Amino acid sequence: MIAETGLAALWLAAGLAAVQFLLMIVALRSGTEVARTMRSIAVIQGALALVAFATLLIVFARSDMSVALVFENSSVVKPFLYKVAGAWGNHEGSMLMWVTILAVAGAFLALLAHRTSERTLLAALGAQALLALGFYAFLLFASNPFARMWPAPPDGQGLNPLLQDPGLAFHPPTLYLGYVGLSVAFSLAVGALLTGEVDSRLARAMRPWVLAAWVLLTLGITAGSYWAYYELGWGGYWFWDPVENASLMPWLAATALLHSINVLAARGALKAWTMMLAVIAFSMSMVGTFLVRSGILTSVHAFAIDPERGTFLLALLAIYVGAAFTLFALRGASLKEGAPFELVSRESGLVINNLILSVILGVVFVGTLYPLFVEAVSGEKLSVGAPYFNAVAGPLALLLAALVGIGPLLAWRRERRPVFKQLIVPALLGLTALAITIILAPHMRILPRLGVALAGYLAAASVLPLVARKPLRAPLATWGMVVAHLGIAVALVGMASNAAFTSEKLAIVNPGEVLNVGPWQVQLESVTPVAGKNWTAIEAQLRATRGSGIITLAPQTRYFSDPPTETNESAIATFWNGQLYTVVGRQDVSGAWQLRLWWKPFVTLIWFGGALIALGGALALLGRLWLLLRRRSSDAEWRKERYA
Amino acid sequence: MKPKNQRLVLVAAALAAVLAAVLLAMWGLRDRASYFYTPADIAAGKAQQGQAMRLGGMVEQGSISHLADGVTIRFVVTDGKANTPVLYRGIVPDLFREGSGAVAEGRLENGTFVADTILAKHDERYMPPQLGNLAAEHKAGKTLEK
Repeated sequence: MIAETGLAALWLAAGLAAVQFLLMIVALRSGTEVARTMRSIAVIQGALALVAFATLLIVFARSDMSVALVFENSSVVKPFLYKVAGAWGNHEGSMLMWVTILAVAGAFLALLAHRTSERTLLAALGAQALLALGFYAFLLFASNPFARMWPAPPDGQGLNPLLQDPGLAFHPPTLYLGYVGLSVAFSLAVGALLTGEVDSRLARAMRPWVLAAWVLLTLGITAGSYWAYYELGWGGYWFWDPVENASLMPWLAATALLHSINVLAARGALKAWTMMLAVIAFSMSMVGTFLVRSGILTSVHAFAIDPERGTFLLALLAIYVGAAFTLFALRGASLKEGAPFELVSRESGLVINNLILSVILGVVFVGTLYPLFVEAVSGEKLSVGAPYFNAVAGPLALLLAALVGIGPLLAWRRERRPVFKQLIVPALLGLTALAITIILAPHMRILPRLGVALAGYLAAASVLPLVARKPLRAPLATWGMVVAHLGIAVALVGMASNAAFTSEKLAIVNPGEVLNVGPWQVQLESVTPVAGKNWTAIEAQLRATRGSGIITLAPQTRYFSDPPTETNESAIATFWNGQLYTVVGRQDVSGAWQLRLWWKPFVTLIWFGGALIALGGALALLGRLWLLLRRRSSDAEWRKERYA
Repeated sequence: MKPKNQRLVLVAAALAAVLAAVLLAMWGLRDRASYFYTPADIAAGKAQQGQAMRLGGMVEQGSISHLADGVTIRFVVTDGKANTPVLYRGIVPDLFREGSGAVAEGRLENGTFVADTILAKHDERYMPPQLGNLAAEHKAGKTLEK
């Protein structure tokens, strides 16, 4: 019964989405009398989607094997957390989660948005409903998560053990919230293009959504990178895997949007530009979903292959992106360009930021899709990997990092002051960092060396906007910007240090023997068998000493029975100046064990930097929301006084 | 700047960015795209010595041998038409077996493929797209050994 409740809720939600879309047409033609109805429909539709998703969680939590999806992706012996997380660790469940977030975001838009004109809001709600409708149809006709099996089998087929990890249980929801948060920016842009009301009010309404989505995407990407680092046992943090690129592309577009939206909000300029970016950002989310969910790319994140679903998703993508671009082509040209600005100004700085981000996005997009394109056209199979992305996107990213120090110092509209004077101290710091790397590490390669130098400069330059005024008086949004830009410098140091100073050791050792890696002596004490709820493993006991410090580590190789799989569970010890990363392999014929050890100085700064970037976004979001609340209450007071 | 000129400049800048992205990507792809090779490609001399690439195929039966240091293995990757010897230093995953598919990342040195990473990892269902057809042939009972 529970599964049927979910299915019914899904059908009802789809019906309401259709009504909501039709009401938009009415609203645009004959005025906004239907506003109240439309808002309530959006809220109910969101609630129904939530009900459908909750029922899926329940059938997974209870291991109801009569539901085909549970049978295929779960098993009775799994730990409870992974039973529940298994609900979105598969195709149907994750698409249901996607559409649920889309509908709930629509509901919040209906409840919270008071800053745009009513007509634009209604148009945006209609666009959001149309988006949801396509994905409801996809679920109901091509990927029903509630399909039953008869008779119900006693146990399921299990979940890919790689996905049985607390990090991964929360990774997809975070990314999806980010992806789908951008749908609101998309809908608001489409709504504003329909009504022609592209102005700074719209930008202020859109900004919190973009900020929130961007923070979640940043967190999702950072967490995903750390997950790949410790779970895959290769010691790398970014693989330029198509699935990773699928989350990077919306992030790049959202980052550009985040900056240009400030120009629209503050100066009323870059109207068409910002609308275009809002359309592109969510289009990239859909491209990402298509790449991951259609099975068109089989990567380390193994997903099912089903051509019918791929075609359906591709059709949805083509319709939505095509319609938005057509609308943009029709309306974009008639938008009046806002306040003018000079060549040297904050606006220009943000335009340059946007241009570089767009070029990086284009490069990643082409590199990710090129193999598909070639295979479709000529049948030839090839892959594009790290050498391409590092060589082409790497220098662009460094160039952008260099400019990040300058942009925030520029004044709006026109900069006449000698701004470069302020940058003398940061530039000297960068040169000092460069000199230190030349003295201490003469054999460093060029990119890591540049990275360290740039990070030294950027760390100092990024705090200048706070130095210029009283730091405690600065708005929260300025603090957010400073923290996020500082985060870039921090992450750069981590990446450069990891690339240049990692030491690695791979050898076979008998119990009692010692290996040296970096400053560490690592002794293999013993190897013992251990067992978990649904796995058995061999576990190595390692004793690592550095000077007087002693720690123990216990890496494992785990064997899962359903599905039969093996994973290397690395053991990592974290210190302020780096991580000791250990993996145990198999036993040699002589009885010795394979050990792989890494000492990675300052590698944690990569994710710490990512977290700082997200924190910066969160601060900016808080600042904007706080201003919003204060302004609203002062408006209310003003009204009270006026009418009292 | 006049608003109208400003818009013109912005449109030109946007177009320049798109053009730059495409040109940069094409430049990058020219050297680095044909990054996936089969043993037949290598036998035909398509792959350059020392260039980073991926090698894909089946691990030939009876070809895995361990070197004295205990962590280096030698094996032969075949696609039914040609063979490439591979040298790998590292911990091989359990699912890396003779007769099953594998993708190795590394470079070609004097006719031997020196691998840094072996991607046939973790999941028995995992199959790189480039190997999809090979695996299907394999499953259909066509043997790859001569």
